[in-house]
Amino acid sequence: MNRTRRLKLQAFRAVVFIVLGAFFLVPIAAMLEFSTRGREINERTLNAWGSIVRTPDLTDAITASLEIAAITCIAMLVLLLPTMVWVRLRFPGLNRVVEFICLLPLTVPAIALVVGMVPIYRWLSINLSSSILTLSFAYLILVLPYSYRSLDAGLAAIDLKTLSEAARSLGAGWFTVMWRVVVPNMSSALLNASLLVVALVLGEYTFANLLAYENLQVAIYYVSLVSAGTSIAVAVASLLFAFALLMILSFVGRPPSPIAKAEDADISVGQTVGLSGGLIGRSR
Amino acid sequence: MTVAGRSGVEVRLEDLRRKYATTTALDGLSLTIAPGELVALLGPSGCGKTTALRLLAGLEEADSGRVIIGGEDVTGVPANRRNVGMVFQAYSLFPHMTAQQNLEFGLQLHKVGVDERRKRAKDMLELVGLSAHANKFAHQLSGGQQQRVALARALAIQPQVLLLDEPLSALDAKVRSRLRDEIRRVQLEVGITTLFVTHDQEEALAIADRVGVMQSGRLEQLGPPTEIYSRPATPFVAEFVGLTNRMRGTVRDGMVDVRGTRIPLVDSGVANGPATALVRPEAVTLADNSESGDGPLVGTVIAVAFLGAMSRVTVDLGDTTVLAQLATSAASLHPAGTKVRLELRPDPVLIQREEPTSTAS
Repeated sequence: MNRTRRLKLQAFRAVVFIVLGAFFLVPIAAMLEFSTRGREINERTLNAWGSIVRTPDLTDAITASLEIAAITCIAMLVLLLPTMVWVRLRFPGLNRVVEFICLLPLTVPAIALVVGMVPIYRWLSINLSSSILTLSFAYLILVLPYSYRSLDAGLAAIDLKTLSEAARSLGAGWFTVMWRVVVPNMSSALLNASLLVVALVLGEYTFANLLAYENLQVAIYYVSLVSAGTSIAVAVASLLFAFALLMILSFVGRPPSPIAKAEDADISVGQTVGLSGGLIGRSR
Repeated sequence: MTVAGRSGVEVRLEDLRRKYATTTALDGLSLTIAPGELVALLGPSGCGKTTALRLLAGLEEADSGRVIIGGEDVTGVPANRRNVGMVFQAYSLFPHMTAQQNLEFGLQLHKVGVDERRKRAKDMLELVGLSAHANKFAHQLSGGQQQRVALARALAIQPQVLLLDEPLSALDAKVRSRLRDEIRRVQLEVGITTLFVTHDQEEALAIADRVGVMQSGRLEQLGPPTEIYSRPATPFVAEFVGLTNRMRGTVRDGMVDVRGTRIPLVDSGVANGPATALVRPEAVTLADNSESGDGPLVGTVIAVAFLGAMSRVTVDLGDTTVLAQLATSAASLHPAGTKVRLELRPDPVLIQREEPTSTAS
């Protein structure tokens, strides 16, 4: 490649980087600016940020949303990973069926899902619990397509059959195979799936609002009716939280194999977009 | 049968049957492997050899039949409780562990103490000549080194039986040949009963005490490599192991007459009549025919394939072509286009009662 062409390519890259950077950063900077406005012109204050912790409804909603995210994440991993591994090893013919079932929530509008779930939640609130944590059940269905895709990519990156059979021939039971062979070899995919779940749950509005629960997004909406600055501050905080998660994704859970790194890189890129999207807008 | 000077246990597969939907993978396979013996199962793709190995490993269940290891019926025992070591065709080292950790994995599951575990892992790596690579991950090892670690890992748990599922097929020719010899050396040193599955006849003939040739889920012949090669029991074995010329002839009084040359039969009880004789290329020699004119075994060299020390010469006899395998120095006397006279060595041959075809297979 000659020098002129290389310079042109570098210039093109710089322009793309600046434009995309501006696309993401300008709205955040504007939100940051708005959330630190004082009563006077040119006055800067952190009152709106401080009111986040002074608003009990908001802190309760943040806590609840984080708890729901954790429960949904654990439930998803416990339910989906062994199922996918089992199907791949024992019933590969059912792979398409499981994929179809997992991707189904993508094709059903959120409003239709909620309408279908209302009777279930009514029954739950009467017979079991009306806790906001029961939203985890609905969110588990909501996150299935994204988690499935992520775990599917992770499983495709390893020779699951050979590794599990090797472990079995060395004396490992199924739990040991899962815990000591499968999980460590797809840590990136698991982390990706988990972060997607957290992002989706923290950004979810429709389900919670229509099922009359007050999660983070619903609380932000109510706060915005009273204090626009505080609601924007919370939104920026949740974005910063998302960026922190992305940083974790970038530095933690990388397998030692450079091949695996290369394969996982594709997954991370796709999921990074999904993660940001989930937090920036209210999902569904 | 016990292989002299070796430990290990006897392995018996009794009338194993396995069907996948409409395909019969194993059709009543019975096989006994003596303690410390290395038996290679050889056959084309889909003949059932890998299925047999997987049934022995416990990775699949048989529809019927029994698997007996060391006198104990393990037919219903899951893979993780069989005490069988296995090396796979695909690289199977756990990518997140070093070579040493890979070896310690199985030992830990067998509840071997930390000190003993480390010592045994170290010893095994030494056995396969990879002590210096103990702290390397799989991706830092070459294919051959990975398979050697996999072999060490399989042996570290001190299994009763070692199963090798085409462990060399992913390697290049040179590494393959070296590792093949190494597997045999280690197997003899440890004295473990071993079942080796391969589709590569050279591999099977080179390292096995006995070779089993399989077709359509059945064992066609089981015997020492020399017997398999020189006295094949069936036309399939003759054609699958090594090259074979199919030459028309007539059976008469326990001999077959091929173009005027009488050759003894492997099975002398064959009824008289027309047949196809299966003649090995190395049983065919060439003589210069510049002066002696025509005859049923006179033809023209149409190709000479250089194989190193040996060369393979293709001779056109008019109605058929015949392969001859000669020392390269002898083959160089007969370049393409030369008229030659074939001579058939009187090694016992198999015959086939079917419509003969004219080419070597």
